[in-house]
Amino acid sequence: MSDMTSPLAFPRCVRIESKPHLFCPGCGHPEVLKAFGFAVDDLGIQKQVAFGVDIGCSLLAFDFFNIDTIETHHGRTVPVMVGVKRGNPQAVSVAYVGDGGAYAIGLGSLLNAAIRDENILVIVVNNAVYAMTGGQEAPTTLPGTRTATTPYGADSHFVKGPDLVRHLNPGAWIGRGITTRQLELRRLMTEALAFVKEGKGFAFLEVLSPCTLSWGTIDDPHATFDILENRMAKAYRLGKF
Amino acid sequence: MREKQFLMGNEVLARAARAAGATGMYGYPITPGSEVLLWWAKEAGSEQGKKDGLVFLQAEDEIGASFMLSGAALAGTKAFTVTAGPGNVLMQDAFSMCEAMRIPIVAYINQRGGPSTSTVIYSQSEVTLTAFGGNGNGYRVVYAPSDLQELYDYGIKAFNTAWKYRFPTFVLADGYQAKMMGEVEIYDPHDRGIVMASTERYLLEEKRDRPIDQVVPKPEVHIRVQDGVEYSCYRNCLNLEEETLQVNMEIKDAWDKAAPEIEEHETYGDDRAETLIVAFGIVGAASKQAVDQLGGKARLFRPITLRPFPSAALKKAVKGAKRIIVPESAIAQLSRLVKETLYGVTDAPMIEHHRPSIGINVDEIVDLVRKHHV
Repeated sequence: MSDMTSPLAFPRCVRIESKPHLFCPGCGHPEVLKAFGFAVDDLGIQKQVAFGVDIGCSLLAFDFFNIDTIETHHGRTVPVMVGVKRGNPQAVSVAYVGDGGAYAIGLGSLLNAAIRDENILVIVVNNAVYAMTGGQEAPTTLPGTRTATTPYGADSHFVKGPDLVRHLNPGAWIGRGITTRQLELRRLMTEALAFVKEGKGFAFLEVLSPCTLSWGTIDDPHATFDILENRMAKAYRLGKF
Repeated sequence: MREKQFLMGNEVLARAARAAGATGMYGYPITPGSEVLLWWAKEAGSEQGKKDGLVFLQAEDEIGASFMLSGAALAGTKAFTVTAGPGNVLMQDAFSMCEAMRIPIVAYINQRGGPSTSTVIYSQSEVTLTAFGGNGNGYRVVYAPSDLQELYDYGIKAFNTAWKYRFPTFVLADGYQAKMMGEVEIYDPHDRGIVMASTERYLLEEKRDRPIDQVVPKPEVHIRVQDGVEYSCYRNCLNLEEETLQVNMEIKDAWDKAAPEIEEHETYGDDRAETLIVAFGIVGAASKQAVDQLGGKARLFRPITLRPFPSAALKKAVKGAKRIIVPESAIAQLSRLVKETLYGVTDAPMIEHHRPSIGINVDEIVDLVRKHHV
């Protein structure tokens, strides 16, 4: 159940054989995926979901579930899942991408999918950094943050995905969650997925998520929590848009 | 149904896709290919098109179009695109994925001038890109039609090849063919006894004719069964060199089995002619007429598949030739394939006639043969 009363540690649709998962200790991806898995269970759509994962850390989710999954190229998951949906209208088509894939290399495809109101769900895991490639700056990196490619601190510009999408698509389902608030995240996930399943159009869920490795907080959960709640959640508004 | 119609090449291509049972077109406008989009957009919105569930999607760019196309093929539909020049460059991103996972997309390529944006008109300069454009050791089928009728014939056949053998398949035409008009026999492939290959979903398939890991290389597909339902997870990012080796060899093995069945060529003229012309596409068609005019001095070998290249047939055809002439509207794209094939096979000198982006007419080929004929 999405109200966290489920007695299960894992969603039913999780692929137990591929656990322990491949993400770093303290990574936020498993939290996002868990919320997604419980939403799939709740809606009873395990056999209908086509799940697309990007290149970057999201690729490590390619066999996270017993759900038909396709790993694509960097930034290309949105158009692939658009094609899957157009080719199979019964599919519940989901693109699972990072902030680099969504807002840098794949931004053109993302925005145009929103403009066309494609009936897919796009989940963006925003950890404000390019994690898989070693902690470089992303379009989401907050001002002044030191990353591998901003050794003197990032500039003052950063992208707010949900606002951008709302500007282009007034009817889309849009929300932003955070991994530190699992209850709310599961509710958002279930709502977003139901919206797409019911054929209502484009759904877009961004999730603020930690990268303990790139943030240098792998041994310090308090510091991770602090960045998420007191820095990220202050710059990036939470809830439904 | 069988009728002759006066049509533009691009309409011929669009009609070929329709006749082949394609249901999805994912494209981005580019000259000289846009008329394919226009025709398909109209068809998809017609009463019959809606009834048949046709999809037309004009993408944000060629990258988007080619990945949508890949997704539509993963969903088990016969789908295609059309592009040219810089668009062909952008689509290599998706085509490379299709090579890795053996996704049966179909792409019509109408070669235009290059490098870069260049002209929108004509060339034969996209042979290397179309046949070998992926990163890594990908395999793909490239048909090179020489006239409007072949645009139709191979436009249909491409779908059968893609889905039967599960390799990305291309019809490599050019701007002249795309924009010229002429008489074409439009037919329903079923009336000619052509059996169309069946399709299958990679994602969300309920009943497979053959296990998917006999198509997609084993390290790339992880299958599990839960409550009697089979779930397939595909990846193209591999962990180890050994896995990559296995993926490469599995694809190569499938290719080595399929290639002899796919290879096609045409020979024309008297076997005893001293000069062997090797040409493809529209230059191949001009060469055929040149052979007629040269009265036994020359013969033609025309590769119809540029990949797999009909190597065994060319090695056979070169026997007895005193010289080989390779005219092409490009610099050493066809002649490179010819040299690779004939290395160590013949002592006959090769005369390369490279005219990048310029049409090569019959008289030019006749003069070329006469100039070198002793």
